[in-house]
Amino acid sequence: MAKEFELTDAMRSRIGDQSPPWTHEVTTTSVRAFARGVGYTDPVYFDPEAARKAGYPDLPAPPTYLGTPVFIPGVCSDTFSGPVEGRPTVDHGLKGLLDGGTETEYHGRICAGDRLEVVTRLADLTVRESRSLGKMLIVTQETTYTNQHGERVATQRSQVIHY
Amino acid sequence: MTIQWDQIQEGDELPELHKKPGVSQLVKYAAGSGDFNPLHHDYAFPQAQQIGSIIVHGRFKYASLGQLVSDWLGHGGRIRKIACQYRGMDMPDQEMVCGGRVTRKWEEEGARLVELELWTRNAEGKNTTPGAAILALAR
Repeated sequence: MAKEFELTDAMRSRIGDQSPPWTHEVTTTSVRAFARGVGYTDPVYFDPEAARKAGYPDLPAPPTYLGTPVFIPGVCSDTFSGPVEGRPTVDHGLKGLLDGGTETEYHGRICAGDRLEVVTRLADLTVRESRSLGKMLIVTQETTYTNQHGERVATQRSQVIHY
Repeated sequence: MTIQWDQIQEGDELPELHKKPGVSQLVKYAAGSGDFNPLHHDYAFPQAQQIGSIIVHGRFKYASLGQLVSDWLGHGGRIRKIACQYRGMDMPDQEMVCGGRVTRKWEEEGARLVELELWTRNAEGKNTTPGAAILALAR
């Protein structure tokens, strides 16, 4: 827990940094795996025939599922599955980590068969104080998802809390 | 069942989604999402020992709010935006109720739109995941 924490110019200078693009795949198997993980029973997320009857070309991505990052050992995080290098980061020295919130805006449809190009940008840094955690650094990241046709299908904003 | 525009009224509550995710469910979610943070499956992990338990992924709760909305929509429209905040930890094998309410219904530029307030309620009645969504209903 940090009693004192201030944003420095060096930290602020990272705002706008962005990651190199990385591919997320959306496949029938990955959609099923996510839908199972959440606990869906809706056949539209499991059975391509049911998906087509509901008007989709193939299994649709369930809400909040934006594909699975292509995993390459040594390149990707063994814990979080995405690439380790090139993610926009801030040197802040805080040890605690919490997920603050997530917002996903959909601009188009995502279905099995899609390959999404994913870019994460460091959108904002703010400092807040909480009674239980002390001074907190809130990092807002904005991630864009563009499909194989060059269509931006989703934008996700997430807040990570360092304390 | 597909929801019909004419049936929706402001103030309507969505049918609740009751969950009690155990370790096995969280392991399935880890595999499906690619988030293998041991805090969500390994009781020996230091942060889990500090807390006294593993905890449910915040993103599992977010995805469950998505499921609540998807089940209600019945593919009769699409989600334009869905958001939540992680305000409290949920432990495995505890009752978690996902709920939602229609806060606004309107038409704009030919689109039929619905705004929802969303939440997850734990066994103590606390809302640990307040959220919101905007949906576009099929015409």
